Parts: sequence; structure tokens; C-alpha cells
Amino acid sequence: MTASSPSATFHVEGIAFWAPTLPGWAAARAAFCGEAEPLAMPAKRPAPEILAPAERRRAPDTVALALEVAAAAVRDSGLDAATLPSIFTSAHGDLAVNDYMCSTLASQPTLLSPIKFHNSVHNAAAGYWTIATGCHEASTALTAFDASFGAGLLAAASQCVADATPVLLVAFDVEATGALASVTASAGMLACALVLAPHPSARTVAAFDWALAPGGDGPPELRSAAARSLADNAMAGALPFLEAIAVASRGGSPDETASGGASLDRKAPVAEAAPAGRAAASISLPLSRSLAIALTPRSSAHASAEATS
Amino acid sequence: MPAPIAPLRISAYTVTSAAGSGKAALHAALRDGRSALSANDFGPTPLATWIGRVAGVESTPLPAPLAAWECRNNRLAWLGLNGDAFIDAVHAARERHGAARVAVVLGTSTSSIGATEDAYRHLDARGEFPAGNRNPRVHTPHSLADFVHEALDLEGPCVTVSTACSSSAKVFATAERMLRLGLVDAAIVGGVDTLCGSVLFGFNALQLVSPEPCRPFDADRSGISLGEAAGFALLERMDDEAPMLATVAGPRGGAAGLGAARRSAGLYLIGYGESSDAHHMSTPHPEGLGAERALDDALARADIDAAAVDHINLHGTASAKNDEVEAALVARRFPASTHASSTKGITGHTLGSAGIVEAAACLLAIEHGIRPGTVNTRVLDAACGPQIRIDAVRAPVRIALSNSFGFGGNNCVLVFADADAGRRP
Repeated sequence: MTASSPSATFHVEGIAFWAPTLPGWAAARAAFCGEAEPLAMPAKRPAPEILAPAERRRAPDTVALALEVAAAAVRDSGLDAATLPSIFTSAHGDLAVNDYMCSTLASQPTLLSPIKFHNSVHNAAAGYWTIATGCHEASTALTAFDASFGAGLLAAASQCVADATPVLLVAFDVEATGALASVTASAGMLACALVLAPHPSARTVAAFDWALAPGGDGPPELRSAAARSLADNAMAGALPFLEAIAVASRGGSPDETASGGASLDRKAPVAEAAPAGRAAASISLPLSRSLAIALTPRSSAHASAEATS
Repeated sequence: MPAPIAPLRISAYTVTSAAGSGKAALHAALRDGRSALSANDFGPTPLATWIGRVAGVESTPLPAPLAAWECRNNRLAWLGLNGDAFIDAVHAARERHGAARVAVVLGTSTSSIGATEDAYRHLDARGEFPAGNRNPRVHTPHSLADFVHEALDLEGPCVTVSTACSSSAKVFATAERMLRLGLVDAAIVGGVDTLCGSVLFGFNALQLVSPEPCRPFDADRSGISLGEAAGFALLERMDDEAPMLATVAGPRGGAAGLGAARRSAGLYLIGYGESSDAHHMSTPHPEGLGAERALDDALARADIDAAAVDHINLHGTASAKNDEVEAALVARRFPASTHASSTKGITGHTLGSAGIVEAAACLLAIEHGIRPGTVNTRVLDAACGPQIRIDAVRAPVRIALSNSFGFGGNNCVLVFADADAGRRP
């Protein structure tokens, strides 16, 4: 693949995942590596402890989902949430709130709920996150339809390199409900969050060189049955990248995987932990019909060299 | 504090609002202090309020090859792109740099939701969207940038930023990072928002909609007037400015090289600041903490002091709380010589497109040497310092700053300048 832009590097310092059948990165990582099965009984929606109990109950699904993974990824990174600029990406935002808005406007527009209205903005989850964590940093909510994960990753990686700062990336979509479901395809709930940093640390989970590259081939094929079972969610574009991290970070101790988002053996050299032949495989996530972001996993040797240079 | 950035050249820009199509229409309204607000006649059951409605949207369908994108917001986007020969400037940039080296980064709050609202009023017998209004790429917030990307036949990164009323200000920041790194060589930034039931009845539910034309910073202000608009700008690095990331064969740029290039005649984005209030979803921080932080970051990136700012286009929505907090911020941070005003009385609050409309107003202020007034306002609130003015004056503007604050406590401040302004000696 010929890169059409210069390349840069980010280090994954924290990671989190949530889907009803894989409610946490530990479960998801194992399932993406073919070492475990998704839950037979799906979990209900997450209940992020970062929200006060009353807010937790009232929050739209997108807010509960996004704050759950954002908090877990930041915890995993060991960084202070208040110091992290953030990118929130979602193809459709809160489809249930949109269904409520459009239904109410069609029947009794003057009875529209003011709280539902302010929850209908695409940056609702970003707003609740910055309020919950006391974060005054820049926060950007964006969308790129079926390329929303790639666009979010590009924005986060760009900010990470351009401003030499760790950045929180949160990606989520929920199920289409009501009449909207006749045109909008999205099943279940799926969310992930990553803390990207410009430099490696003792907590680095994986590192990737990235560049813009010609695209048009569509999303990469999913390796695992577990990932394929989530492919109908509008944020499924994140799954090939998450599978790549799961494989790159393989070898984590099962005991560590039990404690919240912190699930990986940090001391395992990234390249050696991955099966031979897979570590260097690039993946290419679509950004538009003819452009992609190409990601190549870095070996730990490169990461250490940079840390000492 | 962030490091100073190299200015970005604004090679072309355009704006279409209730004041009319193209830069000249907004310039005339700024110069004459003319409000373009009218009594609300939007939708099947109009609320008693005033709106900034763009004329001719209903009678201007999209060209046949783009007909699948039909909706009010994309129509206004198309009208906007055709203002001031902006499309020609984009085509020239595509020729200069290549289609994959031009990004599309656009802001909107509600995008095509008007088309979705319409579908809900006309569901078929099975409760599904009616035939003729079922394009999945329209009923989703990315509709705007997706449409513009296709209409302009570009192949670079394409993203819709949606952070409520700061959306089309923040696009400048997102694009600046891509340009500085060298991921692209040009970016189409801007935004489009159109009147729809969601915002009219939504702001009504929050008791923020005024029954009269809005009067920003007036002691007796009674809320906002909603509006719609489209605006676009073409951003490029200066000719001899090296991007931050090295290509294999190319020269190494980096922080040491930033700002080394000389500015030729024209208009420039010289700074921006982004921040979060971390206070409330729909009420500003009472001390303007987030707004002040965005201001500080913008001044730092522009490498200027507050005293260097000739003109501020305020967020100035005419809501009780916004204007109180923003007036206090301006009063404590700027000298009396800074001329600050709100143009919401001319265009209405155009929400996700307010950032680009008011960026255009700043660029017009610089180009034409005009410091716009605060239209409709009669008596300034006691909270206002000497900076906030009711009347427009003719005076040079070298550096102009624009405030945009949105729901979720999402703030963005932009700084624009002519070729010679800015930079501490």
C-alpha cells in the first residue's frame, strides 16, 4: 500500500469496550482472539459509576454507553480524565432521542421535553463526560456515517501528534428504534474508548504507525466470530482495529483481565506476544469512498528506541 | 498554554444567510445595520417568534445528479456553495493539490433532521418512512459533509463536526491540525444549519425563544431569534510553510519552522481556542470559565495580547444568561478600544452555522474596515463594558475575534487577521 500522506505514530495507553454480549475489554479481547465466547445472556445497558445514581437512571443510552467506556479507558491509562482533550464519534447519535423528538414534533410539538431537546445534540455524551470529570479541555463530537470510527481515530491521532498530548477517543452507536429503523441500520449497543498518546509508557498496550492511504476496498474482514456477531451495529467499523489490538496484546494474564478495564500484560513485548506473521500486518479503515487510514502495528523495539531518543 | 501556530491562508470564503446570498449581502447588512429577521412562518404550526429565514430555498431544487440528497439543509448547502464563485475556488484547489489532498470538515447542529421530521409526519401504512424520503445517508447527521464531499467531487478526509452552536467554529481547529501535520494541503471548512421543528420547539421548550426580534445585550432582552445559514471557507498553508510531519523525501518541518513563512496579502486564521465549561448541558458557566479558557488558548495560538484585538464578533444570542456571562468576560479582559458587537440581530442565531457566519462577518470587517454594531438593541445591559457597541463605525480592523459557545458547554474562539497584523515583536 502506498501512503498518500506522511506517517506518524500513536501509542494506545488505555482501552475499553462494551457490548451487551461482551461487556468489558477483558471479555472482548479474549473473544476476539478466539479464546472465549460472548455471553449467552446479554447484559443490560451499562451503569457508569461516574454519573450520580439519579443521572445514571435518566441518561440516554448513548450517554450511559459512552461514559462507561470513557471512564474504563482512562482508568486503564492511569491518566487524569480532567487533563485529556476528547473526540466523541458516533454515526447516528442517540437514535431513541431522535425518534422521540420527531414523533413528538409530528403530534404535539409544544409538549417537547426541554431535557430531551438538550440531550438530542450530537455532543450530549461529550458534554456529560466533561461535566462528570470536571474536564475543561477541548472536546469534539463528530460523525462520518459508516466511516465514523476511522474519522474519529484520524481526528484523535491528529490532535495527539499535532499538540503532543494524550487524547481520549470514544466511539459508540445504539440500536435504531421506531420509524427511524425503517431507514437507519444499527443493531444493539457497541462502544469502545482508547487513550492515545504521542509517546510510549510502561502502560502502553500497543503502538501504531498511521498514514492516509488510497482506499475504496471497504472495511477489512473480521477475524473472529465474536466480532462478526456485532457487525450490524453502526460502529462496527471499530471492530477490525480492536481485533488488531487484541491480537497484538495477546498473552495477557487471565487474572489481570478480571479487574475492570486493565486487562493486558503490560510487560509482554507487543511484537513477540503476537503470532508470527500477524504482528506486522497493516489494517486499513475507510475514511471515504476512496481514502483510508492505514495502521501498522509497531514492535516494542521501535517504541523503546523512541522513548530513549 | 498552547504553542503559537503558523497562520493559515483563507483563500476564499462565502456566506448565505437571511441577509442574502453571498458576501456582499452580509456586508451591506453589517454596514447599514439592517436586521433580516421576519415574523415566523416556518412549518405547519408556527410559534409566535421571529426568524432569520433564507429566501429561495423552497424554489431551488438540487441539480438532478445530486437529487438523492434532497432536503432543506442540503439545498441551503448547495445555494451556499454557489455564492461568490466558491465552487470555482474549490475546483482550482483540487487542480493544485489533487482531490485526495483536500479535506471537507463541516459543522452542523441538526443537519438534515428536517427531512426526518417530515418523514414522521407522513409515515406509510406500516409506520415506515414514505417512499421518496428514504435515503439513509440523508437521515443522519453526516448528511451535510457527505453531500458536500460528493457535490465537490473531492476524495480527501470528510467529517461532520457536531458540537451544537460551536460546530462551524471548531471545524477551523480540526482542519488546522490536518493542515499543520501535512495530511492534506487544503480544507473546505464551514457549516450549514436550517430551520426545523427540533430547534424552534426545542428552544421554545427551554423558554429561550423571544416573541420579538432578538436584542443582544439589551437591558430588556427577551431571548433568541433562530436563523439558518450556510458558509464556507477554503484554508491552505502559506506557500513556503513546511508541514510538521516529514515525508520520506520531503523536508523536515516541525515546531521550529512554524510561522517562519511570510504572509502575502490576504486574510488569515491566526489562532483558535477550544474548551469545555464542565458545568451544565444548556446553561453557560456562571463565571464564563470555559469561555475565558478558550479565549486564552486562542490568544496564545495567535501569539497576541487581548489589547491587539480590534473587533470581537460576540456569541451574543440575546439569552439572559449568555449575554450576562459574555459581557462580564469582555469587560474584564479587553481594553475600551476593542469594539465588540453581536450580529445575531441581523441573521438570527444560526446555531451550527453561527461559527462560519460570524467568521465571515469578521473577515468582511477586516476587508472593508467596518466595525459592525448590535442591531435591534436599544439600551445596553448594565453588565456591558465600554467595549460593547450598538452602532457600527468605519475604522480599520487588523485583528478580529469570534466567540461561539454551544450546548454541552462546548466553546470555541477564532482569531482572524490581515497579512501584517499580529505576532508579538
